[in-house]
Amino acid sequence: MNQRSFSLFLRIVSAGTLAVVCLLVASVAGQPAGSPLTLLSREGRRSIPVTVVGDQELVALDDLAGPFQLTISQEAGSVTVSYRGRNILLTPNQTLASVERRLVSLPAPLTRSGNRWLVPLEFISRALGLIYETRLDLRRPSRLVVVGDLRVPRITAAVENSAAATRFTFDVTPLAQNAISQETGRLIVRFEADALDVTLPPGTAQGLVQGLRLVDPSSIVIDLGPRYASFRASNQTTGNSARLVLDVLAAPVETANPPPPLTTPSEPPASNLPVFGQQTTAIRTVAIDAGHGGDDVGARGASGSVEKDLTLAAARRVKAALEARLGIRVLMTREDDRSIPLNERISLANTNKADVFISLHANASPVPTAAGATIYVAGFGDQSQAKPTLAPERLPVFGGGSRDIELVLWDFAQIRHIDQSAELARILEETLRERGTLEVRPMERAPFRVLESANMPAVLVEMGFLSNPAQEKLLSGAAFQAAFAQGVLDAIVRFRGHLAATASEP
Amino acid sequence: MKPSQFVVPGAIALVAVGLAWLLFVRLPSRFEQTPASSAARPAAPNAQGRNIKAQLFYVADDGVSLTGVERDVPFGENTVEQAKAIVGAQIAPADAPLVSAIPAGTSLRALFITRNGEAYVDLSRELVSGHPGGSTNELLTIRTLVDALTANLPAITAVQLLVDGREVDTLAGHVDLRRPFMKKVQ
Repeated sequence: MNQRSFSLFLRIVSAGTLAVVCLLVASVAGQPAGSPLTLLSREGRRSIPVTVVGDQELVALDDLAGPFQLTISQEAGSVTVSYRGRNILLTPNQTLASVERRLVSLPAPLTRSGNRWLVPLEFISRALGLIYETRLDLRRPSRLVVVGDLRVPRITAAVENSAAATRFTFDVTPLAQNAISQETGRLIVRFEADALDVTLPPGTAQGLVQGLRLVDPSSIVIDLGPRYASFRASNQTTGNSARLVLDVLAAPVETANPPPPLTTPSEPPASNLPVFGQQTTAIRTVAIDAGHGGDDVGARGASGSVEKDLTLAAARRVKAALEARLGIRVLMTREDDRSIPLNERISLANTNKADVFISLHANASPVPTAAGATIYVAGFGDQSQAKPTLAPERLPVFGGGSRDIELVLWDFAQIRHIDQSAELARILEETLRERGTLEVRPMERAPFRVLESANMPAVLVEMGFLSNPAQEKLLSGAAFQAAFAQGVLDAIVRFRGHLAATASEP
Repeated sequence: MKPSQFVVPGAIALVAVGLAWLLFVRLPSRFEQTPASSAARPAAPNAQGRNIKAQLFYVADDGVSLTGVERDVPFGENTVEQAKAIVGAQIAPADAPLVSAIPAGTSLRALFITRNGEAYVDLSRELVSGHPGGSTNELLTIRTLVDALTANLPAITAVQLLVDGREVDTLAGHVDLRRPFMKKVQ
């Protein structure tokens, strides 16, 4: 190495070190910063910083004061937030807020940080929304606060790759018209909206499509690769939702056999397009959810077995059986010992358009003799708001105000599939009995969190009671797990037959 | 004006001040308070020594359902006080052979009832940290509390459980606790 290149090397090393030090300093200074909220209004976009304390995401009242024209005053141990003569009264370390004389519960208390007051994000929807002149819509998953009546449809995008084409599916709610234009090296999908609330799937760069990105508030760009030949699109509307299916087609490869014709003609038949809430007619993808994991061990047996290990072992067996014997794609919500929030588990199944969702668990009871497997489907009857409205509507929540419409739809997505879920449960009951795994109790309905949002037939299987010493031993054994996996496989085959039979009925 | 003419307006004013104090001072502060532990002892006579008969719920022999047992519970002056006494008795350790589905060490932090009859029951974190897990256990824990309140107090139509002052998703990873539970339809 000569002197010049050595000095260049030193410079690179020192610049790198400086960058690392800067990053470290930034990360330890102050409280951890969460990803900021974006405020969408007629005036444009604004970013609001978010602070994470414990498991709560908080915003500073000072940061809300500017964009919402609020006055913050502090007196006699309480903080008053005012907007045009209307007040919210907050008390430090209390989770209740008094909003125009109504009490509103917040998930975290008013907290002091230096000379700033912090409140949970829900303050915006539950408290501020009640005194503010226009509608405030907090969309937590997409980090958006929509102010007023802006058109900000939620778009879920999915990508499917085959040799000859890449298919993009955009589900748009509420529906918004779109226009597709082609420019050099890219396709632009422009939606009639003020902004888009969109989650784009991770890029799968290949010869046909290089990537997918949001370019301006209402357009999505698909970057095209060298194999691109043409595209075709079809739109379908169901109620308040629209689905755009966009096929990006590859140029034929001359040396190889001609690619098989695309499964859909230029105008795909309606029955080939599953839409939100539509009944599944075929099983291509099965989501298997190994319950619990990581710090959440679930139930424990007297001899030391833990639920999280049993569910993962059983899930792996089921996956292997379904993939090898039926050639079905199996999505696992977790492949190892880690904690995954319930919402993420079901969102994996929903965004990947799984046709069936099966959550695996092991049960426990205070009475050690309780025994048997139980198959649960979602039940909404135990709880208030038992008849949730699926039409766009805001449901009232405690203390006044209302809950965002999208939340309601997500929370109750399972309602449209509940009959098929019960049929799947019935079939599973039958096949598990035939495989002689364990005594199987009659199917039950319960408001299980992981099932409620499933946009496909979904069941939760309690394989047996870990609190029963005999069943604990059995559940951990390879013989049981093999028989159980076989029972699930039989059930999928039979359920597939059931779907095909009901689909062909006039 | 005769002195007796002041009595009615005076009384109304006093009640109004009392209500305002209750709503803005007492209720919010109570929400964060730790509960009076006296409520956690079953059948302990209250100041006046009066008790009522209430149905409390314990795990049935089959291990998957609950069974109602009649017990003496301290008398409460009003629905909220009575509800607190019932929850206090229900979450207290059960005498054998009864088996409780409430994790040991759970205490009542606060309880209030909305105008439309939804009881908000705020319990200590032991309800989650001491929970043994399993769907059946979790359903039994929730139903114990919901049934104890709705079976004894017709004014309560639904029960929303809070843990440590907050809404929680679930107790042990299964049952959705974000919405209130309704009285069981018989």
